[in-house]
Amino acid sequence: MTPVLDIRDLSVVYRGEGGDVRAVQNVNLSLNPGEVVGLAGESGSGKSTLAYGACRLLRPPALITSGSVRYAGRRGGASGAVDILAMDHDQLHKIRWRDISIVFQSAMNALNPVLRVQDQLLDVIHAHLKLPRGEAREKAASLLDLVGIPRQRLRSYPHELSGGMRQRVMIAMALAADPEIVIMDEPTTALDVVVQRDILAQIVELKQTLGFAILFITHDLSLLLELADRIAIMYAGQLLEVGTAEEIKREPAHPYTKGLLNSFPSLRGARRDLAGIPGSPPDLRDPAPGCPFIPRCGYAVPECKEVDMSLARVRGTTGPQHVTACPIVSLSSPESSQEGVLS
Amino acid sequence: MSALSALRNLWRRLPLKARIGAVLMGVFVLAAVIGPEVTPYDPSYQNPSPSLSMQPPSSAYLLGTTQSGQDVLSQLLVGIRLTLELALLVGVIATVLSVLVGVSAAFLGGFWDEFLSLVSNVFLVIPQLPLLILLLGYLPQKGQLATILVLAGLGWPWGARVIRAQTLTIRNRDFIAASRESGEKSWRIILYEIIPNEISLIAASFVNTVLYAIGASVALAFIGLADLNSWSLGTMLYWAQSQQALQLGAWWWFLPPGIAVALIGTALVLLNTGIDELGNPRLRSARGTEKIAGHRVWPTDPTPVLAELVGARSRVGAFLHSFSRDSLLDDTSVGGDLR
Repeated sequence: MTPVLDIRDLSVVYRGEGGDVRAVQNVNLSLNPGEVVGLAGESGSGKSTLAYGACRLLRPPALITSGSVRYAGRRGGASGAVDILAMDHDQLHKIRWRDISIVFQSAMNALNPVLRVQDQLLDVIHAHLKLPRGEAREKAASLLDLVGIPRQRLRSYPHELSGGMRQRVMIAMALAADPEIVIMDEPTTALDVVVQRDILAQIVELKQTLGFAILFITHDLSLLLELADRIAIMYAGQLLEVGTAEEIKREPAHPYTKGLLNSFPSLRGARRDLAGIPGSPPDLRDPAPGCPFIPRCGYAVPECKEVDMSLARVRGTTGPQHVTACPIVSLSSPESSQEGVLS
Repeated sequence: MSALSALRNLWRRLPLKARIGAVLMGVFVLAAVIGPEVTPYDPSYQNPSPSLSMQPPSSAYLLGTTQSGQDVLSQLLVGIRLTLELALLVGVIATVLSVLVGVSAAFLGGFWDEFLSLVSNVFLVIPQLPLLILLLGYLPQKGQLATILVLAGLGWPWGARVIRAQTLTIRNRDFIAASRESGEKSWRIILYEIIPNEISLIAASFVNTVLYAIGASVALAFIGLADLNSWSLGTMLYWAQSQQALQLGAWWWFLPPGIAVALIGTALVLLNTGIDELGNPRLRSARGTEKIAGHRVWPTDPTPVLAELVGARSRVGAFLHSFSRDSLLDDTSVGGDLR
């Protein structure tokens, strides 16, 4: 299957007085049609920078220093894939929202408080679809139907809606032009778990009916285990492990993934002590050679300083797509059981 | 040494327009400080020789002479000091007044707020120039001091209103409530919590008032409402006008003081917007001063790609770029330290 979005060797820096802050370093990630890929990592690990950088949405001083982002969608043209990094302003304008759309972080605040929901939806429809007035209005109403908000809410102002409804409006807006890829940047972070569950169920349902692919960014790994087909674990601007949700859950290969999995309780199964990950992420301005996780890793050995951080297939796994940057700890090694990690 | 490097750091962080403004202003302040000591002639000395009346610039008289044989350059050097002195004093007095009125109105609230706001509103609606003319026309003596007091007395309400509004928003924030709960005295809250948050506003208000004072004092002197025996930029223009320098084509007489006023005004405006941008970096990036790899990148542009930027540079651009500080960054993609 050809991936609909193929990020190759992408590096993004924030250029500053004291040198470059390397927020994303040589990341490879692909997104297949209709797939949900989860991108997990702690705050400041470069999740959002990766997603926005791939869409060219970052403002200076951000700078893309290497890589390619190939989009091969329905509208990709006869030539197949197009490189988003080679596009100019107008080409990007065409591809954004129609092909790739984004539900922004803290989307609740992304709505303009002085405009009715209807006007904001119509804005998008006018800008990207160019429908006649009546049809545009009908489209706006059907978008609200899609996310389960009554039509009369079209005439509401954002402050008249609850947080969950605002979030749904944002999702409806992202789906306005029937995109092929939807990037969701922590869309449920500010919501309570009940509403969160509702919205996630809605997203899954919409995905099944409309058939778009999702890149889902969050720091909540437990949520991804439920939702995502594949999960990429990001740390200090680099991917540490990519695998299917099942693989990540059953047999995490990288010590950092294990640490993340150990830091929240599971509902079923034996009680166990929760272990966090001690320490804090490294300074991205002046990264040490090798694996960035060494100072916090319970398994670190001297060879870790020479690891080149490219993703290789996990030793001893059956999954063909399960890859990790850590060649030291493999599934077969005895200490890789979940207990005792970094305790 | 460390003070010097701190100063250099500040200089580097200043936006370009603030630097231009500071340099221009520095030239005029220097002229004001040393000007009267280095004048080639006595500015008031009227040379009786008719051959020295209305002379265009020459090596002996760099900016020419007036109708009565006075040296224009000497007058200019003395005049800059008097004008700047007046403007800075007006600025200081009016700014102190406006901070006092603005902060106490907002902080005390209630009756005092109503009263002080009323007073500043009344001062705001008074037509200023006619009042200035009236006051200065009827005052028994029209010295420098009278002008300063009248200008300062009329120049504070604008700043007071702005500062009152800002204080009102700061006063209701949580950190003020916290310091009040922890038992800090009112004067301490005002001096240490509120005023530091308004520094850029106060600085801008000061610069604006200085600008207003220069304009008003020159205008007043131009119509003769000042001590015409002393030399300021305004009295120079007054004499030039009353002795028909324009009609006689003596451009060297009225252009220097006019240009000096215009340049001082420009310098102050540049400083003002520069201070604004220093205190509010968002303004700076919003205006697209972001330079990456020698290219200007606007905030609305898509994220720049390094390979394209480097490839797109013209040969002259690349040559010039190799001298700039930014070129160092090209080689530090490994995250090197520039300091």
